[in-house]
Amino acid sequence: MEPRRPAFYILSAFFGLFLVFLYGPTFTIAILSFQGPQGGLTFPMRGVSMHWFYDLFEQQAVGDIWGSFRRSFVLGLMVMVTTVVVSVLGGLAFRKRFAGSSIVFYLIITSLVIPSILISLGVGLIFSQSGLRVHWATSGFGSQLTWTLPFGLLIMFAVFNRFDKSYEEAARDLGASPWQTIRYVVLPIIAPSLIGVALFGFTLSYDEFARTLLTAGSYNTLPLEIFGMTTNVTTPVIFALGTMTTVFSFLVIGVFLLTVWFLGKRRAKHGSDAGKGMM
Amino acid sequence: MTLNRHLTGWLMALPLTAVLAVFLVLPIIMIVVVSFWGATEWSIYPAFQFDNYEFLLTSNVTYRVYFNTLKYAVITWAFTLIIGFTVAYFLAFHVRTLTWQIALFLLCTIPFWTSNIIRMISWIPFLGRNGLANSALMSWGVIDEPLDWLLFSDFSVILAFVHLYTLFMVVPIFNTMMRIDKSLIEAASDAGASAWQTLWHVIVPLTKPGIMIGTIFVVTLVMGDFITVRFMSGSQKANVGRLISNDIALLQYPSASATAVILLITVLMVIGLMLRFVDIRKEL
Repeated sequence: MEPRRPAFYILSAFFGLFLVFLYGPTFTIAILSFQGPQGGLTFPMRGVSMHWFYDLFEQQAVGDIWGSFRRSFVLGLMVMVTTVVVSVLGGLAFRKRFAGSSIVFYLIITSLVIPSILISLGVGLIFSQSGLRVHWATSGFGSQLTWTLPFGLLIMFAVFNRFDKSYEEAARDLGASPWQTIRYVVLPIIAPSLIGVALFGFTLSYDEFARTLLTAGSYNTLPLEIFGMTTNVTTPVIFALGTMTTVFSFLVIGVFLLTVWFLGKRRAKHGSDAGKGMM
Repeated sequence: MTLNRHLTGWLMALPLTAVLAVFLVLPIIMIVVVSFWGATEWSIYPAFQFDNYEFLLTSNVTYRVYFNTLKYAVITWAFTLIIGFTVAYFLAFHVRTLTWQIALFLLCTIPFWTSNIIRMISWIPFLGRNGLANSALMSWGVIDEPLDWLLFSDFSVILAFVHLYTLFMVVPIFNTMMRIDKSLIEAASDAGASAWQTLWHVIVPLTKPGIMIGTIFVVTLVMGDFITVRFMSGSQKANVGRLISNDIALLQYPSASATAVILLITVLMVIGLMLRFVDIRKEL
């Protein structure tokens, strides 16, 4: 190996600064959420306490935080499952050209680049003009899918671009039906990327704001609740809430990453199953 | 057989198409239709009139706001590109083991999966009049009194944009860089190219598709934004997204729709132009 060039150290420093820039503010509000009861929104810290976290649990102190958290969580799971299923089907469909496939492809791109507020406005208008009530589990759910599906599909496209078709041919040669090929060959191979799609589906939904703004109805999701708080709450309780949801996000990300890691480990341990077929 | 192929393709794409038809295509059609409607102070009524567009296209405010939106997009794009490229270049060519590359890359992407609103709020203790930045600068003797333009200004808006969206540059650029054949780099250095020449004449041209995809993300996110501008400028600055959200707040849906149609056309034109330079499906 050639020795490190000076550029390496400069770039390392740059990368370090980038990470500070990325995480610094989040850590600052994490520290400030332990502000003493008399403290304000900025430094200095007036003592250290759990006061603002207790405040979160007090009924009606700051609106319906736990209800909105529950809704966001359920909605996240709904969006996650739908995103995985629909993206896998879509990814499989796009492996071969079918009539109209390029139109669908451009729809996906449009769904990705369209300003979120347009989805909010359009879906809101459709529901109000047709006399339907907007609700987070119907209009909100559909609006969020327009954001999570493009990501899921782009991941699936990337996965299938790298997919070695000879596995499928081998399965076919051994007499597997198309369904068996997908169930026993394709799905197990792409399983780890599906966890990635699920991660995108859940977290993008859990944090989604603009597309849910006019489509969630009278029951807020958590990001909407937080946004409402930013206009009328002037105590560190909002930092406490921010810290809690960020910790929750980290936990979710951690669970997903661990699952990927665990699957990889198990696969490596089991090794090849050649010769241990069902025959 | 070909009919069969088309049929299975269609069936598998059906759920996707259904979702996009109901929650993407219909809403766009609805917005276009409503943009010709009329509005009173408390209701909207079906009509076919060009008043909303006429008002929009003849108003000075529209052009100023559009200029502001483009300004945010261009400045944010420049910063995210420089930072994103440097970070991706470091990860792809200076970090030597795959494990470290993946670990550091994940570290960069984790904030993407956390809440944007929380990440915006986190800047307040930094940038406020009594925030960390001002107290640090004052204690170092750089300034005598707190700087007012740190928060609720163009500066804080762009800072938040860069903070939120640099990841969208890092990921696609890193992805294309990782697919560059390392022997090309060796060939360049064997042929006597300096590190700088290799970067400029080999790596940058080969990374262009990634840069394009990152650009598409950043430009559309900034152009369609309304919440970052509202929040980080303390409602003192405007962009097109805020124009729409203000109209919505006043229940002026037809005029919000007209603005939305024009914004959508602008965004799609910009994207269409960029897609001419890159085949997204090939580059994933």
